[in-house]
Amino acid sequence: MSDIDKATVAKIARLARIKIEEDKLEPLAGELNNILGWVEQLDEVNTDDIEPMSSVVDAKLRWRQDEVTDGDKQASVLKNAPNAEYGFFAVPKVIE
Amino acid sequence: MTDLTKLTIADARDLLKKGDITSRELTEAHIEAVEAADALNAYIAKTPEMALEMADKADAKIKAGEQTGMTGIPVGIKDLFATKGVHTQACSHILDGFKPEYESTVSQKLWDDGAVMLGKLNMDEFAMGSSNETSYYGPVKNPWRRGDTDTVPGGSSGGSVASVAGFAAMGATASDTGGSIRQPASFTGTFGFKPTYGRCSRYGMVAFASSLDQAGTITRTVRDGAIMMESIAGFDAKDSTSVDLPVPNFEAALTGDIRGMKIGIPQEYHLAGMPGEIEALWHQGIEWMKAAGAEIVDINLPHTKYALPTYYIVAPAEASSNLARYDGVRYGLRETVQGGGLVDMYEATRAAGFGDEVKRRIMIGTYVLSAGYYDAYYLKAQKVRQLIANDFKRAFEKVDAILTPTAPSAAFAPGEKSDDPIAMYLNDVFTVPASLAGLPGSSVPAGLDANGLPLGLQILGKPWDEETVFKVSGVMEEAANFTAKPAEWWR
Amino acid sequence: MSNYRIQGATGDWEVVLGLEVHAQVVSNAKLFSGASTEFGAEPNAQVSLVDAAMPGMLPTINAECIRQAVRTGLALGAQINKFSVFDRKNYFYADLPQGYQISQFKHPIVGEGTVTLDMGDGKTKDVGVERIHLEQDAGKSMHDQHPQLTYVDLNRSGVALMEIVSKPDMRSPEEAGAYLTKLRTILRYIGTCDGNMEQGSMRADVNVSVRKPGDPLGTRCEIKNVNSIRFVRQAIEYEAQRQVDILEEGGVIDQETRLFDPSKGETRSMRSKEEAHDYRYFPDPDLLPVEFDDAFIEAARESLPELPDDKKARFVEELGVSDYNASVLVGEKESCDYFEDLLSALAEKTGKPAQKLAAKASNWVMGDLFGALNKASKTVNESPVSAKQGADLLALVEDGTISGRIAKDVFEIMFETGKDAEVIVEEKGLKQVSDTGEIEKIIDEVIAANPAQLEQYRAGKDKLIGFFVGQVMKATGGKANPGMVNQLLKPKLDG
Repeated sequence: MSDIDKATVAKIARLARIKIEEDKLEPLAGELNNILGWVEQLDEVNTDDIEPMSSVVDAKLRWRQDEVTDGDKQASVLKNAPNAEYGFFAVPKVIE
Repeated sequence: MTDLTKLTIADARDLLKKGDITSRELTEAHIEAVEAADALNAYIAKTPEMALEMADKADAKIKAGEQTGMTGIPVGIKDLFATKGVHTQACSHILDGFKPEYESTVSQKLWDDGAVMLGKLNMDEFAMGSSNETSYYGPVKNPWRRGDTDTVPGGSSGGSVASVAGFAAMGATASDTGGSIRQPASFTGTFGFKPTYGRCSRYGMVAFASSLDQAGTITRTVRDGAIMMESIAGFDAKDSTSVDLPVPNFEAALTGDIRGMKIGIPQEYHLAGMPGEIEALWHQGIEWMKAAGAEIVDINLPHTKYALPTYYIVAPAEASSNLARYDGVRYGLRETVQGGGLVDMYEATRAAGFGDEVKRRIMIGTYVLSAGYYDAYYLKAQKVRQLIANDFKRAFEKVDAILTPTAPSAAFAPGEKSDDPIAMYLNDVFTVPASLAGLPGSSVPAGLDANGLPLGLQILGKPWDEETVFKVSGVMEEAANFTAKPAEWWR
Repeated sequence: MSNYRIQGATGDWEVVLGLEVHAQVVSNAKLFSGASTEFGAEPNAQVSLVDAAMPGMLPTINAECIRQAVRTGLALGAQINKFSVFDRKNYFYADLPQGYQISQFKHPIVGEGTVTLDMGDGKTKDVGVERIHLEQDAGKSMHDQHPQLTYVDLNRSGVALMEIVSKPDMRSPEEAGAYLTKLRTILRYIGTCDGNMEQGSMRADVNVSVRKPGDPLGTRCEIKNVNSIRFVRQAIEYEAQRQVDILEEGGVIDQETRLFDPSKGETRSMRSKEEAHDYRYFPDPDLLPVEFDDAFIEAARESLPELPDDKKARFVEELGVSDYNASVLVGEKESCDYFEDLLSALAEKTGKPAQKLAAKASNWVMGDLFGALNKASKTVNESPVSAKQGADLLALVEDGTISGRIAKDVFEIMFETGKDAEVIVEEKGLKQVSDTGEIEKIIDEVIAANPAQLEQYRAGKDKLIGFFVGQVMKATGGKANPGMVNQLLKPKLDG
């Protein structure tokens, strides 16, 4: 089923926002095809009428009370920022 | 005086209590051992000043009669756990320079009990690997060698096992997504314990695959594992998947009595081509269990062979999303492109920050979730995962615990499998099924292979029945009487 | 009402509209963190480490946001799903810290419901609601603060939104406007969204397509983030015409996302070259499914106030308020609250049943009060005359203490000074004279002072009675009870 070509690798890389050099696309396509070909053995398994697992934990989602218990820590939030100005994170502009 | 680094946690606890030793002495001995173990590359950040400060506090606590199991015990922390103000990078370049403003719940629980932090431990980048060769900080060496040849410590908790096996920590935190505690424990003759998914909080633990990640421990003995697990386990409201159940006294479960207990032997784990000595060790384990009065029951886990492919869809899918936050905006590495914009920054940062294996998994994960493929891969895998969990559920109607080998081989040499991702993935063939089902499990050192390398046996239990896993592990440990130690070539 | 048509060279075109409304949930804390949702703080001051997506941080859900979504669903008569799932919607943007938005995709918390539009003259139109789901808001990117850099503020990051998705049931800009207005009214009544469109707590994505009546649906364009009801109408008018122009010239519509530029009154394409999004939705493994029982739903239902449609019906049917007055009053929650407070205070004060007072009270609110507020550019909430004070004033008219005429003057003073009606009436001596003896004495004086007019009257010029009434009123400074003046004057004039 899987037949990942160079163009597909480039598309996935773009979706994942990872720059991959042109000459690396082909070898990566090979690796991904190998792995996907291997995982496709799952096709043998009959999963009719099987619900996909939603969590291994047999529990209900706990709800938090609507109380303000956090925030007011601008310095902590920005502490590790590569660039912060005037209390904002600063990033290169989006180029359209 | 005896070498304090050779003590078990349980012994040290008793000596601390009696006042025969102080945490400061214990800690100083370990700081020295950490320094002497540089060749293992187990520590990627050392915190000796902090350790001594914590040791003094622990000594005060002991004096005040407030000692608990881990008070004054020097441990190492896997780099996956956030430690406030201290290097926390999951051994990835993309978290370059990151020092969190918060503490993970697991490490906080240790500090609350008075444990002492020696430093941060090496690991596979974002816990993705089975040999600790994907760390940005270089590979970890296994204290155990094949003659003069280096071996890998297993992964991803390579630094955790190497530090404990190499007497550079009394215990270490670790994390298991598909076997990252049990497989390296098997490779290093240590005791690795992974609790039920939801037993330990994931708060502050850098996420790899959220539905699988679970914290656990590496120690040299089963009792030490029980003491340390009891410290780090417990409900945490900050993690929605943490389950609100009381933490049992794990140490009390070590009664040594498994008479009448039913131990399951999954027939599907007899892999074709598995080394004979692993089959033999497994058989030996079965004999030990019988001798201790347990009843051996053959069981079937029919979907076992599909566990690895399932895992290699689910885990990368979750990882591709979990690792999207590493974008160079708020922390860690940022690579900008001359004249480029935001998207160029993302692409350059993530290209430079992630290693090959991480990229590979992000790519696979992105692909299996993408439009047109979701049903065929991700949804299919989550259905098969349910079948795998059902297999265990059915088996546990008949047995109390399951016994298998931990890994299909002993530690291998660096580079031996790193060119073939699938060969590397096969390391986790015995550990992944239980991870997919969220079950508690351990790896107990049980013997040596022909090359003198350790081999472990895996014990799996029912959800929330860590006590049985500990109990059986304790009996196994006693029967195996694993006393071999690596030659301390690194000193 | 649905006969809005765009006339083209090839014939008439019908416009098909659907709205996706993002409504900020009223809650103290964010959907998945304990940081405050308050508007207008310092940048990144209302951000928890969860909102900033620090490594290892995990979401925990705010119960109130679930309750508010359920209340909203109930108010729209919608299906409430006792099992719903949070998914991750994956995409990269500077103000989306996690690299994904936690939203609900396959299993939303609320299913199908209805919004009934009031189209005037008692006519209504039902617009279907497809679903409501809960999701996180993103942060804010500021592109105009620095030549090379974008500034990112995460204060909004993680605030709970309800996305309310309509069916493509609307056919004109007016209907779209009426839908948004009605939705806003309902949300404000039940207190699940403050409806403040200027601050962005409510904004709409508008799906627009055109077709020849009877044809299948055309290709739609989505106009993103329109933040006023007026702009929604303008954007639709422009966009529908644009699509008609393209189709009439033989072109095709590209399914795309567009932005409305209010200064130019135009829509423009948002992403020219960017590849189609592939959001890779999958259930968030950090969260478990949301589950609740019937008791939770019932408690949410109990907590709902009377809804606008029910209220309007009650005003008209039980209180005798005109359809028009009822529509206007109910349309704005504050006006309605004012009216109801006033009516109940008035009923209490006068001891008369509300049905006897409601029509007059509604006329006063819509006439005197709204007139004065309009002139002063004030909202109901800013009214210098409280509902209680208004009721006191109307009670004085009701019990005959002052006349309706005097009440207008008193209200003017109240509006300027904020003083109570009774104080003003007392200070200015405006009490209506209802004392027979006193009025008779004045009548006698007036008659005595105008013998010529009396003669003419008695000669058959009946109309002159008006002159005498006017004189009596003048002599009392307008305070004489007009009914009594009429009653007493005639026999005296007739002799």
